[in-house]
Amino acid sequence: MSNFVYDLIGLGAGVLFILALKGLSHPKTARRGNLMGAAGATVAIIMVFFHLKEHHNLGWIFGALAFGLAVGVPAARKVQMTNMPQLVALFNGVGGGAAALVAIVEYLKLGSTATTAEVIFTVFTVVVGCVSFSGSIITFLKLQELMTTRPVVFPGGRFVIAANLAAVLAVSVWVVNALGTNPLLILAALSLLFGVLFVLPVGGADVPIVISLLNAFTGLTVAASGYVLDSTLLIIAGTLVGASGTILTRLMAEAMGRSLFGTLFGAFTAKPQAQAAAGEERPVKSGSPEDVAILLNYARRVVIVPGFGLAVAQAQHTVREMADLLISKGIDVAYGIHPVAGRMPGHMNVLLAEANVPYEQLAEMDDVNPTFGQTDVAIVIGANDVVNPAAENTPGCPIYGMPILKVSDAANIIFLKRSMRPGFAGIENELLYDPKTTLLFGDAKASLTKVVSALKGL
Amino acid sequence: MQPIAVISIFVLAVFVGFEVVSKVSSTLHTPLMSGANAIHGVILVGAIIVADEATSNLELGLAVAAIVLATINVVGGFVVTDRMLEMFKPKKGGEQK
Repeated sequence: MSNFVYDLIGLGAGVLFILALKGLSHPKTARRGNLMGAAGATVAIIMVFFHLKEHHNLGWIFGALAFGLAVGVPAARKVQMTNMPQLVALFNGVGGGAAALVAIVEYLKLGSTATTAEVIFTVFTVVVGCVSFSGSIITFLKLQELMTTRPVVFPGGRFVIAANLAAVLAVSVWVVNALGTNPLLILAALSLLFGVLFVLPVGGADVPIVISLLNAFTGLTVAASGYVLDSTLLIIAGTLVGASGTILTRLMAEAMGRSLFGTLFGAFTAKPQAQAAAGEERPVKSGSPEDVAILLNYARRVVIVPGFGLAVAQAQHTVREMADLLISKGIDVAYGIHPVAGRMPGHMNVLLAEANVPYEQLAEMDDVNPTFGQTDVAIVIGANDVVNPAAENTPGCPIYGMPILKVSDAANIIFLKRSMRPGFAGIENELLYDPKTTLLFGDAKASLTKVVSALKGL
Repeated sequence: MQPIAVISIFVLAVFVGFEVVSKVSSTLHTPLMSGANAIHGVILVGAIIVADEATSNLELGLAVAAIVLATINVVGGFVVTDRMLEMFKPKKGGEQK
């Protein structure tokens, strides 16, 4: 196939990627958009086989493709929707790792004919690809709760990170000038370390923003590889992801009321925090499922605030059953969905849609907040940080400034919780001690099942 | 490729990327991120090219690892995004039990 035709088809794939991103931005066209993206990738991958010059290692290439398919498809199909965010983080990480590996191989081949620009782009891809890889692995560990979700800050941490960054830059310059394999491996190791140090100080609630940023990073590495490999398609696709990923990162930060700068450079500014007097015993009012059922039964308006605890307990269907029962009794029911309910923006909508909760009952935060004043009961199920008034009245706490669902305006508040343990961000919630709050301890699904049967008996 | 051509493609693609996602409801943030994530898996094309041109075992080994990782990224990314979006399909008429 001539280079011209190959490049033309590559351009077609690039256009498909643009249409994919465009489609993904609107609910109605989102699924079609994703399929267009998949079509673009398929075209690009088939076409590259017609473009190969050597045909040396086809067996290895097809074997590796088959192995990747055998791992990737079942992982994506079988993952529980609750664990989906960490899978996205992992996919992003392996993409960054792939870009870094491609760049290392490119570097080994560059030889004496390489231009300075090619060397610089290759080194850039190695550095950023490695950062994206190790950073994504840490976000995965945080989301999977294999490590603490709280910011990890150690004394002098910011100096270590600054020194690490300086070392990465210095070794990059060395690699560009000296063109040796060993300096490159040192650079890769330093970059991997930087990715770890960069993400460790980020608190659980900010992790999605970091994943989105690393996603944009990986996009840029793909664009840089495209330059070195002389592939217009990779330049287009990588730049698109880099640019849209940057905007998306900013949009997410805005939706969560976080400053992007604060999140990203938290590593440089964070100080080890003295933990607020934890373990302090204060009275809380806990109730039985029957108490909760009575409160709900005599309400006119109920707002359900679902959180990640609901999803973990797989209680989506039970909560829908409860909502249907309340609606059949003539009670006005809405779900108040916080933009970051669950683990990522939009995650909770996906989880509830899976349980066939009608779309019209899902109210976004800005729509539901003014109605809490007329709400008799707000029932918070497995959520904590998204209703924590500390975000409004405690400057300096990790979630300060995040918009919250103002359940404190409701006449009664019910919390379904497993324990008094604080939420993902690790902050105590004052609302739990409020006199109008009733706590119902236990697994969300078991508690809701009891509430439903108590409601049926009323 | 001419440097000016590369720079032009880059700058135009940046603007297109900014433009297409400038207004997105927070509901779609995660699927959009996941879809964009799958798109950068097209680095698979680069991995296949370097594997084809590999001349030493070291190069081939690294390139094959890159193909495996990139395949997981691109295929897994599109599949998981589709699963997320499947939930948004309009349910017309009647109750689903």
